[in-house]
Amino acid sequence: MAFPQFGRGEDPGPSFGALLRSVGLDPFVRAPGGTFPPVPHATTCVALTCTGGVVVAGDRRATSGNLISHREMEKVVAADRFSAVAIAGAAGPAMDMVKLFQLQIEHYEKIEGTSLSLEGKANQLSSFVRSNLPAAMQGLLVVPIFAGFDHSTGAGRIWDFDATGGRYEERDFVATGSGSLHAGAVIRPGWRRDLGLDDAVSLACRSLWEASDADSATGGPDLARGIFPIVAVVDADGFRRIPDERVKTVFEDIVQGVRNR
Amino acid sequence: MSMPFYVPPEQMMKDRADFARKGISRGRALAAMQFTEGIVMVAENPSTTLRKISEIYDRIAFAGVGKYNEFDQLRVAGVRFADLKGYQFSREDVDARGLANQYAQVISQAFTHEVKPLEVEILVAELGRTDADDQLFHIMYDGTVIDERRFSAIGGDAEAIRVRLEERYRPGAPFADAVKASVESLQTGERKISHDELEVAVLQRDGERRCFHRIEPSRIGQILS
Repeated sequence: MAFPQFGRGEDPGPSFGALLRSVGLDPFVRAPGGTFPPVPHATTCVALTCTGGVVVAGDRRATSGNLISHREMEKVVAADRFSAVAIAGAAGPAMDMVKLFQLQIEHYEKIEGTSLSLEGKANQLSSFVRSNLPAAMQGLLVVPIFAGFDHSTGAGRIWDFDATGGRYEERDFVATGSGSLHAGAVIRPGWRRDLGLDDAVSLACRSLWEASDADSATGGPDLARGIFPIVAVVDADGFRRIPDERVKTVFEDIVQGVRNR
Repeated sequence: MSMPFYVPPEQMMKDRADFARKGISRGRALAAMQFTEGIVMVAENPSTTLRKISEIYDRIAFAGVGKYNEFDQLRVAGVRFADLKGYQFSREDVDARGLANQYAQVISQAFTHEVKPLEVEILVAELGRTDADDQLFHIMYDGTVIDERRFSAIGGDAEAIRVRLEERYRPGAPFADAVKASVESLQTGERKISHDELEVAVLQRDGERRCFHRIEPSRIGQILS
């Protein structure tokens, strides 16, 4: 592999996507016509703001049509120290997009010597989603959620995207994927402006429980295998995953509540 | 058509080397040294925005002396090379040796073929799993690569600094001692370098993926006082 060198006017600047294209490694699928046969799809993710940050959560199931193809997908990942991305849609392109997004943030930081603003990161993700539009038209739709802690305001911020790269900042919560309707219906009445971190974690878990209860493509807690939805927090201390033991107790409470109905 | 004067190759190389050396010795030098948990790099740099030391990849750092715009271009090319390689293959496939060889090629190409050679000297440091695996590649203005151990000095007056580093280097020295030793080695005679004229960064084995960290001048001030 040779050193990438560029003439005047061809320099890709701090964009990793542009760098990839300039060396002939366009990361987005340029598929032939037609639609794809069923490929694994990742499903429900939610994000909600709470005091001093955001909580992001996602189930672990990926499905191909009516079959479960993976039980341990990680749809909620750290984009960098102070932001998280959660992803629903075709699993292959979705995971590639996350990887590209993480690389883009780090690449920019190294080239420029300073981090992208949170707004800048959201914009970047939006352009990746837009680049995926041709593939989305053929069934490889990718719909992410972006959430992060904004140092300039000292609060958490969340963004929702559509297939065209449309970017919508939400004040309170967002849900994406096949179970988003059910998850959103749980968060909407439960969300308050002064929601504490613990309550936000419980509400996120509750929403995923209801989504998995009503949507076959969304996985619930897998007690037999010890696989739990991923719940993460981003606040002034950065991104951290809530330990599985903690998530487990939250779901046990929910299950107990269902038993007592 | 006028005939160019014949210049013997020896003379041409010597002229170019003198030119590059002169350019490099106008700037301030830089020292790097191993300590218990990694590698510390110390540069004399009055600017807090135009960096001489920077991150290339998870365990690889870059340091340059000489003409800023020239070594900064090399730094950017290095970041691109490393990120592309990590994207195409895997993060663990990115190593300092490959990067140092690429740098050597570019610099030696400029030294023999371009209108003027690059007036830079660079250091590529890689943090190993243990201190025995740490690597320091010193690349000269003509593309010569030197694989150094324990410590390294680049820039004007590097020979004298290397002698002082040799005297002060202690295997397994804690961070503060390594910083002190490096700063003392950069100082000549009575000249003292103030902490706000120092740029210090480390590659540290601290369990994180990205091992490169900048050290705040205030902390350097505490160590030196």
